[in-house]
Amino acid sequence: MLRDEDRIFTNLYGWYGADLEASRQRGIWDNTKALVALGRDEVVEQVKISGLRGRGGAGFPTGLKWSFMPKQSKDGRPSYLVINADESEPGTCKDREILRYDPHRLLEGALLSGVGMGASACYIYIRGEFYNEGSAVQVAIDEAYDAGLLGKNACGSGYDYDVYLHRGAGAYICGEETALLESLEGKKGQPRNKPPFPAMAGLYGCPTTVNNVETIAVVPEILRRGGEWFGALGRPKNCGTKLFCISGHVTQPCNVEEELGIPLKELIDRHAGGVRGGWDNLLGVIPGGSSVPVIPKDICDTVLMDFDSLRDVKTALGTAGVIVMDRSTDIVEAIVRLAHFYMHESCGQCTPCREGTGWMWRVLRRMGKGQATVEEIDTLYEVTKEIEGHTICALGDAAAWPVQGLIRHFRPELERRIQAYRREAQARAA
Amino acid sequence: MPKLTIDGIEIEVEPGTSVLQACERLGIEIPRFCFHDRLSVPANCRMCLVELERSPKPIASCANPATDGMVIHTDSELTKKARKGVMEFLLINHPLDCPICDQGGECDLQDQAVAYGLDHSRYQENKRAVKEKYLGPLIKTFMTRCIHCTRCIRFANEIAGVEELGATGRGEHMEIGTYIESAITSELSGNLIDVCPVGALTSKPYAFAARPWELKRTDSIDVMDAVGSSIRIDSRGGEVMRVLPRLHEDVNEEWISDKTRFACDGLKRQRLDRPYVRKDGRLQPATWPEAFAAVADRLSGLKGEEIAAIAGDLADAEGLMALKDLMASLGSPNLDCRQDGAKIGEGPRSGYIFNTGIAGIESADAILLVGTNPRWEAPMVNARIRKRWLLGGQIGALKVGVVGPDVDLTYRKEHLGAGPRTLESIAQGKNAFADVLKAAEHPMVIVGMGALTRSDGAAVLAMARSISETYGAVKEGWNGFNVLHTAAGRVGALDLGFMPGEGGRDLPGILDGAQSGAVKLVWLYGADEFDVSQLGPDADNGAFVVYQGHHGDRAAHRADVILPGAAYTEKNATYVNTEGRVQRARMAVFPPGDAREDWRIIRAFSETIGRKLPYDSLTQVRNRLAEVNPVFGTLDRLPEEGLGDFGEAGKVGSAGFVSPVDNFYMTDPISRASITMAKCMDEIVGRASAAAE
Repeated sequence: MLRDEDRIFTNLYGWYGADLEASRQRGIWDNTKALVALGRDEVVEQVKISGLRGRGGAGFPTGLKWSFMPKQSKDGRPSYLVINADESEPGTCKDREILRYDPHRLLEGALLSGVGMGASACYIYIRGEFYNEGSAVQVAIDEAYDAGLLGKNACGSGYDYDVYLHRGAGAYICGEETALLESLEGKKGQPRNKPPFPAMAGLYGCPTTVNNVETIAVVPEILRRGGEWFGALGRPKNCGTKLFCISGHVTQPCNVEEELGIPLKELIDRHAGGVRGGWDNLLGVIPGGSSVPVIPKDICDTVLMDFDSLRDVKTALGTAGVIVMDRSTDIVEAIVRLAHFYMHESCGQCTPCREGTGWMWRVLRRMGKGQATVEEIDTLYEVTKEIEGHTICALGDAAAWPVQGLIRHFRPELERRIQAYRREAQARAA
Repeated sequence: MPKLTIDGIEIEVEPGTSVLQACERLGIEIPRFCFHDRLSVPANCRMCLVELERSPKPIASCANPATDGMVIHTDSELTKKARKGVMEFLLINHPLDCPICDQGGECDLQDQAVAYGLDHSRYQENKRAVKEKYLGPLIKTFMTRCIHCTRCIRFANEIAGVEELGATGRGEHMEIGTYIESAITSELSGNLIDVCPVGALTSKPYAFAARPWELKRTDSIDVMDAVGSSIRIDSRGGEVMRVLPRLHEDVNEEWISDKTRFACDGLKRQRLDRPYVRKDGRLQPATWPEAFAAVADRLSGLKGEEIAAIAGDLADAEGLMALKDLMASLGSPNLDCRQDGAKIGEGPRSGYIFNTGIAGIESADAILLVGTNPRWEAPMVNARIRKRWLLGGQIGALKVGVVGPDVDLTYRKEHLGAGPRTLESIAQGKNAFADVLKAAEHPMVIVGMGALTRSDGAAVLAMARSISETYGAVKEGWNGFNVLHTAAGRVGALDLGFMPGEGGRDLPGILDGAQSGAVKLVWLYGADEFDVSQLGPDADNGAFVVYQGHHGDRAAHRADVILPGAAYTEKNATYVNTEGRVQRARMAVFPPGDAREDWRIIRAFSETIGRKLPYDSLTQVRNRLAEVNPVFGTLDRLPEEGLGDFGEAGKVGSAGFVSPVDNFYMTDPISRASITMAKCMDEIVGRASAAAE
């Protein structure tokens, strides 16, 4: 269990002020000048040592990602940092708390990360629904500018750095990094093809790194305490602390900061007051936001909450939005709802996702009522396989995985409904 | 140079080549819908997925550049499965209406479904239906069939330069449209039909008219403007059903203008399909011998200088040759092919052609447009300038200066002034654009007919030449002086010297002569684009008019004898485009009724008056052409000539240049007879002028 002194998000619950003064009392913006003075290479080195992996869902090593940025601009193009605050993953609400209660931590991280990748400006792309959160961030930006922490000669370090806030219009797909860039440029939010990767040609064709809010927000603490400190938390290759968002059928849904690698059972029992009706009443858990496959209770008993352990059980840590479902849940209906969500949020650009998400939803909806054949379960599984890996962005995968999880772990339930419906139909006919 | 392995074959390709192109180089077909050679690459159809070794997912071969050491499999299980999957997805919401779809038989989706798809559908839900969109009088939509490849959006934005098409909605509800449901205001919109891989965008005038397998295909040349786009004429029986573009990298790439494509319905209306002779003040149907006799009667006793001939804009070289030879044998020096009075044709050939060639535009870095609206006079030239302009980021910016009408040309341009005074200031180096031309490596001057058909045309021409020479547009390996014609037959006629001979009259002279009685017989070879009333009200109070042509247009109404000729789709004819490129149109259908190929009419007539022309076959006429001007011995070749001395220095007027094309959709007898073009005019030109008021 995470010790209090290792906690990074000390204002996760908004017990203290979000303003500059209160933030300073929590150690934010403390001698940032010295951290900027570490210089680009040292910042990246410390982040690499820390083993920090992207907190947006994919878990890509952050230091490595930053090192892809060009060392020097050969053609006069500036480099940009874009912070992805378009947190829309169902079951996830960690970035929201940072934006609300700890915006200065994010801004300090924005400056230091900018140093690490040689960026001249940072854009924070925030989802439109986060109206109050956006306002909180804007207030913080204004405070920081007034205090000389951002802008020309940020923190008196001699580094010029601007931060802009941009509000999205609420499309889930704009959380995908290249769709986010398109949207930021004023176009329809549709993911771009890669290559070229944003580090080569991103925002307005300039080298760009897109990072999640949480990733950026932990950077100041890593630099202040050293990469080794962060790296010592959690498990090897799955280091540091992580915000978990526990929702669903638990006694006390909550956001909590914990070490990576904490057992799922411990996480739920200790922080969320346990599963409603006791652990044995557990049906399954979606461990990383809506786009990862559900895992049934027997896996939940032992699994550890980190990138690699969850990958080993064919699911993923994702955003660490833990959705707990007890035995009262209609699991098929739950996945149908998610399938509908992905159909609704598919951008429509590429074929497998545009057509496949609708197909999956329609079949599943019937299947939920048992109005299908057993063979159709296999067809459905094949359809998910035809979407997965064939699309431009990961939304296709994200739409396919929950359905795959359902079929993998709850196939008997699907077959039971199909047979029950058939019996009923025969009884009606007779 | 990256070296990669595709299906076990090693290949080295240029850097920047995509995997798909590398496969094509090996002759391996990769199915695709969204990818188009001339458009940007969105990689959204996902049909071209191929397996890349050591990659967890198949890659979109159209968007991935070939890199060193790649190992690609195009027929592996993974690739096949990916294709099958994508094909299945494309078909689940695609209506099964091939039997009533105009794209049937030439549909990419149909073909690829056969090659890569499943033989049955596993989709049991209801299919999506999408409301039709209105895109104007040329394009019929059936949006339920749309597979969202976005080729049309990209064509409109990139090639046509009109940002009027887009996708609205998300996911399954994504729809292609103009959002405000109005006609597309592009002169290239017909190409949307060609780029659409399915039957979502089809030709409205051609709707339900024919099936591709019923059509006879004839490769030919377009005459609606002086570009001479390569076209394919699809005909059934004696009817031209449609006109499609044919690939010609140096001229029209693979696009054609809407007039080229859609004016062909004008070939069926207002046709002159039998000879007519005016009797008792009315044109009466006649037989060929009667018509010839009427002309011969009138000719007898006339001196050479009392006879004149005017050639029209659609005149082919063979007919011109025969008419010129006939006039020579009658002793007449009164010939002219410049119905618009353009002050060109004297002096060397380079003084009246588009010397750089249309493809040469891509090398230019500064262009001065003089008295021309290329968007309407030659849409393919304008598209090429836009293409060059779009390449600005890669090969350096293109600067375009305009002297003349200030219109939207679909690319950024600087309007320098309206008329010759501005041109004068450039020539004298007083205008800032002079420095642009001077600094450019390959400057180009494009002079349109709007600058040359004026009374000071010769002086303007001389000024344009001097600008070209002083600012480095003419040098070793680069002749940037270009004349942009609007008439398909003009360059050919100039090449044949269809111009006033020794002491002969030009067009104004002929018209004066007709009114004063000095010219007693005028032979109009398809000439409709001048003020016919100046020939005098009738044969007694003016000239006796022989009209040889294919449409009952302006001049035919004034004619005393009508000799029905063939339109460009009905004869084997030679045309020289504005670049000086000799090209051949081929006969797709027979001329209607008694109409005949034009050179044959003149040859037959020459015999009835005992002045038999010395050729009996097409080959012999063409030999005669080459004899008169050796360029006719070449085919589809761009001449390379230095600039000579032409134009005539003098005072210029102050009036602004006016483009000769005030209505893109109706410029010649064929397009004036076209119902489709009339609809376009109402819808697009009419709306634009209403908006201007």
